[in-house]
Amino acid sequence: MRRLLLDGLIHSPLTEKAPHLEDSDLAALAANLDTAARRRLGRSLSIRQVDAGSCNGCELEIHALANAFYDLERFGLRFVASPRHADVLMVTGPVTKNMQEALERTYAATPEPKWVVAVGDCALDGGCFAGSPAIIGGVGAVVPVDLHIRGCPPSPIALLKGLLTLLRAPLS
Amino acid sequence: MTILDALLAKGRPVAAAAGWPRAEVDAETWRDAIELLAARQCTLTALWAEVATAHVALRDETGEAAAILSLACPDGHFPSIGEAHPPAIRLERAIHDLTGLVADGLPDTRPWLDHGRWTGDGTAAPYAFLGAEGESLHQIPVGPVHAGIIEPGHFRFTASGETVVRLEERLGYVHKGNAGLMAGADLARAAKLAGRMSGDSTVAYSIAFARAVEAAAGVAIPPRAAWLRAVMAELERLANHLGDIGAICNDAAFALMHAHTGVLRERTLRFCGAAFGHRLMMDRVIPGGVAVDLSREAAAALSALLVEIGGAFPRLIDLYDNTASLQDRTVGTGILSADLARRYGAGGPIGRASGGSFDARKAMPFPPYDGLAFTVPTLTAGDVNARVWVRIREVEQSLALLTALIRLPAGPVRVEIPARSGEGAALVEGFRGDIFAWVRIAGDGTVGACHLRDPSWFQWPLLEAAIEGNIVADFPLLNKSFNCSYSGHDG
Repeated sequence: MRRLLLDGLIHSPLTEKAPHLEDSDLAALAANLDTAARRRLGRSLSIRQVDAGSCNGCELEIHALANAFYDLERFGLRFVASPRHADVLMVTGPVTKNMQEALERTYAATPEPKWVVAVGDCALDGGCFAGSPAIIGGVGAVVPVDLHIRGCPPSPIALLKGLLTLLRAPLS
Repeated sequence: MTILDALLAKGRPVAAAAGWPRAEVDAETWRDAIELLAARQCTLTALWAEVATAHVALRDETGEAAAILSLACPDGHFPSIGEAHPPAIRLERAIHDLTGLVADGLPDTRPWLDHGRWTGDGTAAPYAFLGAEGESLHQIPVGPVHAGIIEPGHFRFTASGETVVRLEERLGYVHKGNAGLMAGADLARAAKLAGRMSGDSTVAYSIAFARAVEAAAGVAIPPRAAWLRAVMAELERLANHLGDIGAICNDAAFALMHAHTGVLRERTLRFCGAAFGHRLMMDRVIPGGVAVDLSREAAAALSALLVEIGGAFPRLIDLYDNTASLQDRTVGTGILSADLARRYGAGGPIGRASGGSFDARKAMPFPPYDGLAFTVPTLTAGDVNARVWVRIREVEQSLALLTALIRLPAGPVRVEIPARSGEGAALVEGFRGDIFAWVRIAGDGTVGACHLRDPSWFQWPLLEAAIEGNIVADFPLLNKSFNCSYSGHDG
């Protein structure tokens, strides 16, 4: 263990620079964001992740945000264990009928001001599961969505860009 | 003649069935199969139903013999397998939820996937958890929304102080109706759905579905396609095992291991993204072959990746082996008995850490695994530690397999699937265990019916047994060492 720790001190970090945010990305992503909420939440966000029916692919890439390459916490973004501690609900999957109430209750348990970030193509409109009698549809069909990050699943860079938009989008 | 051949011989063979032989049987032969299962002379591999037919897939312990028996149920009833063989109970509850067929004699008739929300106003039907009575017992309800970045499910613990007396799982929260969406879908759409049964096993599911389709169509894929599939399958196993080894240690508050395996996992996913165009390799395996070839440059990058992981991994093994505080958490925790693992036909590292040896790559091999040298690591302790070690040894095996697989045979990577009717089945080893796929193709080349069985069906129930007598605080560790799929199970 000592050698591993020593190596960690000698070698430069693996952590990469923050992804570059295009103005057009910011404008598109931030168009619907509530500026008053953004002013009040400031530059650090606590995120509660909710899987409302995903295939677990999105979860794998959300997990990756914590690894040494992306190191999410350096941006003031962190995942929390309870919606009561959260500013942001990050919701994946088409919302299944069996998860609808759990998602609504998690949303209700999150204090204002709050944002909902829907992650993945399924979260937009049900994706490839659209039309199934076992699902409601996209996340927006159950709770109001502020930001949508596309992809099946979105890469960690795409997720990071979306989350940084919440922090950095210009206040209009 | 094996015992399964004898069962098949009693029924009417289905000529169109390929991959696994299938026969239409009467209730008496169905009951013979139940007796064999109860006497542990064969292993339950899958149990599913269509509108008025129940199907059961059986294999023997070695995997040399396999059979599917189908029982027509014109009156909507079939004899319960779960009555004599508990691993079938949840499957029969699910069959009732999805098709309405009733398993006569099933000891637990509560709905399983159907929470009462599919019809009506979406309000849940009441659900009675099993009782646990005694002095000072208390219940801890957990989920469906958990504390971490994890899929949803409900765990109802009954504890005496810190000790878990009973755990009861309630699943089905992420049921998306996959089988229903598959029926009538064209092959491309069905393959996409199969690849999203459980995102972490997308390659294994895609191979299972593709092999079933290819069996149905009577198509053999080119050697290079088979090798490329194995490259992707082993990369998927490698990435998942690296993630799991780190995550188990992280749940014992040993973040250092998680950080290091996380780097190796990320390097693997980045290679997959660069070489195959998708970090998880979704939709890269398709019926008829693979959608992308591996370029010469990508093969060189794979060699470099294997050298890097091969160089870094032994130090991580030492780290695990020499950290007493970590071993203190994993050794002796959450023991799954060999008897239960075998009875449930638990596959993957869970079964192989509890004395099992079944690995579909060895037992029911297909190209290129039939021509490759590798071992199937097994242990008998059945605790969290054993499940970590089986994964460690499997990482080493996958690295060796990938080194051999880089020497890809030349040739095409895809053939067309002719549009004709047929049916096929396949069993493929994912990182979590064996995935069973059965498909019936209609005359126009679309999917008539499809069943995909996740390995978690035979692993989730064992988690309830393994936690008994352990403390509540060890549950995350134990659960992570199982790492069952919610989405794959719920379907």
